Amino acid sequence: MSGQKIPFPGRRARMSARLFRGYHPHTARYGAVLILAMALFALALSWRPAIAPIPVPSPSSFPAEQVARGAVLAKLGDCAVCHTAEGGRPLAGARALATPFGTLYSDNLTPDPDTGIGHWSAAAFRRAMKDGISRSGAHLYPALPYEHFTHVTDADLDAIYAFLMTRRPVHQEAPANKLIPPLGFRPLLAGWKMFFLHKGAVPVDPGRSTEWNRGAYLVEGLGHCGGCHTPRNLAGGEEGARAYHGGVAEGWHAPALDASNPAARAWTPDALYTYLRTGISPDHGAAAGPMGPVVESLASVPESDVRAIATYIASRMAGRDIGSPAPAPLDNEVAAAKRFPEGATLFAGACAGCHGPGAPMMGQGRPSLGLVSNLRDDDPTSAIQAILQGIEPPIGGRGPKMPGFADSLTDGQVAAVIAYARARYTDRPDWSKLEQTVRKARKERAQP
Amino acid sequence: MTIRINVNGAEHVVDAEPDTPLLYVLRGDLRLNGAKYGCGLGQCGACTVQLDGKAIFSCVTPLAAVGTRKVRTIEGLGSVDRMNALQSAFAAEQAAQCGYCSAGMIMRAQALLDAIPQPDEAQIRRHMQTNLCRCGTHMRILRAVLRAAGLPVDGHSA
Amino acid sequence: MATRREALVGGGLLLAFSFASRGLGQLVGGGEGGAAPKALRPDLPGSLKNRPELDAWIRIAPDGAATVFSGKAELGQGIRTALLQVAAEELDLSPATITLITADTARTPDEGLTAGSHSMQDGGTALANAGANVRFLLIQAAARQWKLPPESLTTSGDGHVMAPDGRRLGYGPLAAALSLHIEAVPDAPRRDPAHYRTLGRDLPRVDIPAKLTGGAAYVQDLRFPGMLHARLVRGPSYGTRLKAPNLEAARAMPGVVAVIQKGDFAAVVALKEWQAIKAMRVAQASDYVRTLPPLPVTDGPHRLQSLPSREIVVLDTRDDERPATRTIRASYSRPWYSHGSIGPSCAVALASDGELTLWSHSQGVFDMHRAVAELVGLPAKKVRCIHIPSAGCYGQNGADDVTAEAALIAMELPGRPIRLQWMREQEFGWEPCGCGMVTKVEASIGPDKRIAHWTYEVWSNSHNNRPVMAGGYAVAQQVVPPLLMQEPKPIPMPEGDGDRNANPLYVFPNMDVRYHFVPEMPLRVSALRSLGAHLNIFSLESMLDELALTGGVDPLAFRLAHMQDERARAVMIEATRRFDWAHRPRGDGRRGCGMAFARYKNIGAYCALAMEIEVERETGAIMVHRVQAAVDAGQPASPDGIRNQVEGGIIQSLSWAIKEAVSYDDSKRTSFDWGSYPILRFLDMPGSIDVHVMDRPGQPFLGAGETAQGPTSAALANAIADATGARLRDMPLTPEKVKAAIGLAG
Ligand code: FES
Ligand code: FES
Repeated sequence: MSGQKIPFPGRRARMSARLFRGYHPHTARYGAVLILAMALFALALSWRPAIAPIPVPSPSSFPAEQVARGAVLAKLGDCAVCHTAEGGRPLAGARALATPFGTLYSDNLTPDPDTGIGHWSAAAFRRAMKDGISRSGAHLYPALPYEHFTHVTDADLDAIYAFLMTRRPVHQEAPANKLIPPLGFRPLLAGWKMFFLHKGAVPVDPGRSTEWNRGAYLVEGLGHCGGCHTPRNLAGGEEGARAYHGGVAEGWHAPALDASNPAARAWTPDALYTYLRTGISPDHGAAAGPMGPVVESLASVPESDVRAIATYIASRMAGRDIGSPAPAPLDNEVAAAKRFPEGATLFAGACAGCHGPGAPMMGQGRPSLGLVSNLRDDDPTSAIQAILQGIEPPIGGRGPKMPGFADSLTDGQVAAVIAYARARYTDRPDWSKLEQTVRKARKERAQP
Repeated sequence: MTIRINVNGAEHVVDAEPDTPLLYVLRGDLRLNGAKYGCGLGQCGACTVQLDGKAIFSCVTPLAAVGTRKVRTIEGLGSVDRMNALQSAFAAEQAAQCGYCSAGMIMRAQALLDAIPQPDEAQIRRHMQTNLCRCGTHMRILRAVLRAAGLPVDGHSA
Repeated sequence: MATRREALVGGGLLLAFSFASRGLGQLVGGGEGGAAPKALRPDLPGSLKNRPELDAWIRIAPDGAATVFSGKAELGQGIRTALLQVAAEELDLSPATITLITADTARTPDEGLTAGSHSMQDGGTALANAGANVRFLLIQAAARQWKLPPESLTTSGDGHVMAPDGRRLGYGPLAAALSLHIEAVPDAPRRDPAHYRTLGRDLPRVDIPAKLTGGAAYVQDLRFPGMLHARLVRGPSYGTRLKAPNLEAARAMPGVVAVIQKGDFAAVVALKEWQAIKAMRVAQASDYVRTLPPLPVTDGPHRLQSLPSREIVVLDTRDDERPATRTIRASYSRPWYSHGSIGPSCAVALASDGELTLWSHSQGVFDMHRAVAELVGLPAKKVRCIHIPSAGCYGQNGADDVTAEAALIAMELPGRPIRLQWMREQEFGWEPCGCGMVTKVEASIGPDKRIAHWTYEVWSNSHNNRPVMAGGYAVAQQVVPPLLMQEPKPIPMPEGDGDRNANPLYVFPNMDVRYHFVPEMPLRVSALRSLGAHLNIFSLESMLDELALTGGVDPLAFRLAHMQDERARAVMIEATRRFDWAHRPRGDGRRGCGMAFARYKNIGAYCALAMEIEVERETGAIMVHRVQAAVDAGQPASPDGIRNQVEGGIIQSLSWAIKEAVSYDDSKRTSFDWGSYPILRFLDMPGSIDVHVMDRPGQPFLGAGETAQGPTSAALANAIADATGARLRDMPLTPEKVKAAIGLAG
């Protein structure tokens, strides 16, 4: 198993559904009703024909160059992250994706004729990626982020198809989805798509560099970064007007990638590149939670693509004045201890061994907590999850490693530590309702 | 500062700073050898003890966090003359070389067995993932946990 | 003495069998560390040659209680139990009734280092023969008392000599009338293996119960009245110095008793451990500078090839030129490794009344009491060093350094026992690493599908920088004035260090084997389990598969065709038979099998193993499904003890081969915790490991603790090549490297 994606307890929930993430079960009901209304309106339009099955193509029928390109694109699209079960074969699906609406299981993307996509033609695959329609004609749940994949060029989709069709077929049926009614009724999805599926190519901005435009294409399309970093409305659609304003991912808060990004130091294209490539930026912190698998994928794609992504994202974050030169990281140790004495004590015994002055991590150039974005974010969720679940080295099993404290600290203690850390290492206002947020984060962590 | 703490069913009053990690309280103030310093970073499991039945890293659990919760160390499982089932299984499988990791391994495995009396091997491997052994006694530890759970242990080398 | 010896031999007792270890293991501790004391009686077996008096090894009190002394130390390898079994067998006592005292410079024979898989070969052999001598003397004493011929007498297994008519005499009274302060004879009759009561049985290890119940088992567990806790204040790794350690602030911290500073060496001493740690952090919050030349960031172990070296010819057997049909040239390497002990090094030191006592997990307490004496300026006889177990060390980790440092601190605070423990990051940063190495091989096969030429070069630092003088400790460079550094030296063959196992046990013609000994050390290095044998066997056994493949010969058949040593053939045949090599799944792009063999140092234990693996082509991840090994360690003291050691060796070697590498930038080591130095964990473990121990009754003990390191890594590389067609030669064989070899499209 060595080097495989290891289902660490703390990393268990790192990929779950992209659908309606972040909604509480009670709001889920409203969302369901809303979708029902939209869907009834659209029902007549919902029917799609099946695309005829083809004989399973021979792997040798795909040019090696196309397969190799597809391999890279599949990494950029993170296909294997959702389509691999815990401890299972890559791309063979059956990964449980928890949503407030129930549990979805990802499909088998290997060319197995019975349980995978062996009988799918390239056209069927393209339609699934662009329109969210299965070969059989059924609507797919937007857990498959076709609202992004729809922007991918046919040539790229064909390359991914070639890559998938040359994998070893794995016979593995995905378990049946367990969704709350009426969402099990797929034609409803037609309504959802009317509102949220905006087809067409990513526009090219001639005023920007080729690199930037390549980044835009990757980020808006295959990379589907907005899937987590853009807030969603009640029906689970991305709020286009607030693109990259921060969203929710598997119980973590995906920070804003616009000017409201909370980082203490500016995200330059170089800093972003280092972060996306290595999982850590000395000026910002380490990739944690669902971001781990993303940087793991990016570690093996061509450097130029990661640079392009970094350039595009950095441009979206531009506009905030950080001050120059960048201020030294804050450390209001005494003042913070006065305001949060319990948190100070807990921090000294639980956290200072790594994060305090004179600790080994500090001698190794790891970011001071004064630079870590999670502590500066308006939303404490990710900071809380990092404490509860810990952090596993995202790339090659080597890198930042932090234990989870879920079993050693109570909700109140996590709240106390985090309130103290925020006061000590940032100039941001106190978080409110921390203990409730910890309780909620703990519950979401407990989901499959 | 005097602080009350419940360890292995007995109340103790210790004179220690509240930020002291439980590990040093157990070893220094209560003179218990079971929990070991391995990294002090929550990365190796040598210091594993139980807090209200859950396996935790005592090296990063401040005394102040323990409160009235119950601490259990390997000394609370059994003694040389009266080992509990899991300790006996470790002895029967000779599941140690230097043995520095063993107490932490046992405390973590015991927490699993308390929650799931008959775990399968995959569950055991996953549960034990947090604890390191440099001597390479893993296969014996797996057999010992299976044996303690009353599950079949095949062959002499798992 | 001579007359007694003559008398013994003349007594008509003939040798049951002779213990044929003479000529083997001449270098105590595998040639590491200082030399053991001079051989006073070269005719005696094992360590008896250095310390021939029987009462140095065995004493029997008037009440019959036996005390046995050994200079070898328990490192977690179970040597205590094995030595007890040996002594119990030859004394014909129950092991439970024997008190065993180990590695204490004031009490036990100087047996040099506990290293190099020599403990059984030297120490076990000494005890076996000392026991046989003592038992023989007891029988003779009884024979005199009963006026019976000694050969008519037996021992009971419970401390009595027995006459044929059932009369019994206890060892205690018999011994009371004897002096054991006499030299051993080389050929005292050993017990007949057919009647062994203890040896060869799976005796549960005596040290394990305490380790499973929280008993005091380790140097870390020592608690003395008035003991203080010390922590070091130092830069992130060897070769660095803190610019401005904040020692004044540390001195003011609660509980701090003293701050010690000698040049760049600084330590805080406090009443409680946690107080010492907090004071250490306060003092350590400082920038650092590098004090040594920059580390070789770009070329890794290949840097060694560009440093000045001394060439040592290991083998030169040029004979007739043979026709070569295929020639393969390849280079193999391994990075620097960390010992990675789970418990960072710890020692306790007490200076009082002009004497210094050290409790240490050093593998070489005898070297230590001399070297530390030099460091602190005491005569060696005033320094006593007692071995106390700690976490497994697998070679020279920080155990020696931490003891020397504890000694320096203790000398400043006489009368107070000082317990010094390194922090995790100090262990990673300051211990001597296992040496990075490179080999270059050029080999040909001829039309007969046999090897025609074998040219082999290996580049390595010394693997033996164990302190035999004060300059061998890291701290020697920190104090002012710094002490003269200990000069690195290669270990001569047959043990070798960088060239250990560079001389194939196989029979090849036209061999040219050279060792480029590199004195300059980019990273501080010393002994790590198996020394150079790991990469040499990895290279040799990988190349054999490459040649077998190109010749279209099965890897097992190819090996057997070049091997004449019967015991070597036997372990290969046994391991592969149990593995069902003939019907193994053939490489199909994912699954594959590999095998490898070595006799450790060509004079230690034999080990062959085969493994089946699977490569996940999408990720490059390697899953090891099953490992089958066969080991011939001579007469096993405890077969399960050997299995335990070999299983552990297999897992450790897999960890080295798949995951491990010390990382560094130009100013410091950057692997400082288990996140930056990952090792195998439970989810990475093989599906199964089976170790078969060959039954070799009465054969000399062959150290088995390091025998699996080379073959395991080699079999893995061979299995990966079988599975994927990709030959990986530079460890670690990470998923990234596998992926790079098979292509992103897999
Ligand atoms: S010592 Fe606590 S986890 Fe390592
Ligand atoms: S037995 Fe030595 S670390 Fe596990």
